[in-house]
Amino acid sequence: MSMPGSLSASNKRRNLLAYAFLAPALLLLLMFSFWPVMYGSYLSFTDFSLIREVHWVGFANYRALFANDMFLTGLKNSLLFLLVVPFTQLGAISLAVLVNNQLPGIRWFRAAYYVPVVTTVSVVGIMWGFMFHDQGTLNYVLLQLHIIAAPLGWLSDDALALFAVMFVSFWRGLGWYMVMYLAALQSLPSEMQEAAILDGANRWQRFWRITVPMLKPTILVCSIMSVLAALKAYQEVDVLTQGGPMNATFTALYYAYDQGLKHLKLPRGLAASFVVSLCCMAIAFVCLRWLKPGHRE
Amino acid sequence: MHIKKILRKASQYGLLSLIAIICIFPFWWTLVVAMSTEGNLFEFPPTFWPRGISLDNFIEAFRVIPIIAFYKNSLLITLTTVLGKLVVCSLAAYPLSRMQFSGSKLIMGVILATMILPSEVNFLVNFITMTKISLVNTYTAVVLPNIVTAVSILLLKQAFDEVPQDLLDAARVDGATEWIIFYRIVLPLITPWLATVGILTAVEAWNEYIWPSIVISKPEDFPLSAGVLYLRGTYGSSTRVIAAGTILTVAPILVAFLFTQRFFMRGMDGAVK
Repeated sequence: MSMPGSLSASNKRRNLLAYAFLAPALLLLLMFSFWPVMYGSYLSFTDFSLIREVHWVGFANYRALFANDMFLTGLKNSLLFLLVVPFTQLGAISLAVLVNNQLPGIRWFRAAYYVPVVTTVSVVGIMWGFMFHDQGTLNYVLLQLHIIAAPLGWLSDDALALFAVMFVSFWRGLGWYMVMYLAALQSLPSEMQEAAILDGANRWQRFWRITVPMLKPTILVCSIMSVLAALKAYQEVDVLTQGGPMNATFTALYYAYDQGLKHLKLPRGLAASFVVSLCCMAIAFVCLRWLKPGHRE
Repeated sequence: MHIKKILRKASQYGLLSLIAIICIFPFWWTLVVAMSTEGNLFEFPPTFWPRGISLDNFIEAFRVIPIIAFYKNSLLITLTTVLGKLVVCSLAAYPLSRMQFSGSKLIMGVILATMILPSEVNFLVNFITMTKISLVNTYTAVVLPNIVTAVSILLLKQAFDEVPQDLLDAARVDGATEWIIFYRIVLPLITPWLATVGILTAVEAWNEYIWPSIVISKPEDFPLSAGVLYLRGTYGSSTRVIAAGTILTVAPILVAFLFTQRFFMRGMDGAVK
């Protein structure tokens, strides 16, 4: 509220002050969020390297990309990675229902399920490396249960390695989405459930007929997040297999970083990241068109 | 009837425990390896209980690995990221919430826009940026890109929105400057929110391993998260020492998590106050 008369002067001062408050954050956002996208998209059409002059090469990087077997394998694996999504979501919803009650000690179970989420990915990679070892615990347990007849090379067999990596991704995602579903469950009205119990519906029916339909908006949001995360998977690959054995676990984004950072082929790495980004943005856009406004959590 | 109830409780706990084991077991096994000194690492049947409990591997880890240095680096990176984020993001959130200025809608749009920008390219271009402004091999380069996120600004804006307007009006009538209002009156009121953002940021900063290993070239300058991976490459043969290093890396995070669970479990136990 400023008095008329001194309006413009005090307005000016207030604007200046507001922007002074905002300046550091805006500067950093410009430098590390907007600039990378603008400059990066330009560079993906050049033959940039840190030591030479830059030349415009048009779509050459993108053409090279789609003629490259490793990248195509990566794309295929990134799509395969989507298999993680339904398992993670269904598992997380079930877990959330399971821990959404007042059992004594339930807090500690919730915490236990969340531990994989707060653990450094590099540590996860080392630990699961032990688990997946040919002589490791996983093979032992599966042998004891007679699920397998001989030890399997979870990370050394190129038919299995990607699934091992996906499992770790699933293991890390469970707790994360469980917390989201739990928050949603606790905000649901309980009348429906109580009415269903009176009508003699069993647990199974209540879960599929009432809980799941009521969670629909949350399921949609979490599934989109999960799909995007699966398409952008690279950390688990980096810490478990580095793309091996025999390039079997390359994902599209892991290829991008491998090219850009390890082989210093920045333009190619950038082009690959943009292909992944565009796929993700397209998917997000299509999914968000389905979502009605007001349904966002 | 009574028996049925007990059975149901038991089966519930059985299922809960089974899933908990799947989540926790890798940690336990790594700890067992780190504490045992005898026997083969990988043997059938595997040992699920340490044989000959000793701290030798940990001592060895401290001896052959610059773990103390890694700890120091991790702490430094984490603390500066958290501090930087709280300062810069609360400064930015305040005018968006509590001041009327021209262009506020546009600025809000700009901040929201960063949420849908493809962040996958950031590593690659930020590395070039850091080279060009000669910050490579400094912790400034590690911390700077992680200080501002749209999510933190929005969270803190929400916090500022909840402060009663009367307080601000009264202070303005008393002739307090905007800075005093922000710093002395409003900021102390949103301490719980600052704690939330701080804790979440701390875990992220402590855990991040890729970006530090890109901009830092000397392994002894790595934070723990990147250092432990580097160790696996160099000391690949001494698995027990690696296991000890792994335990030393997660221990602080797990302890911190157990004490601050409720911040991560927002929306649980009616934690929304």
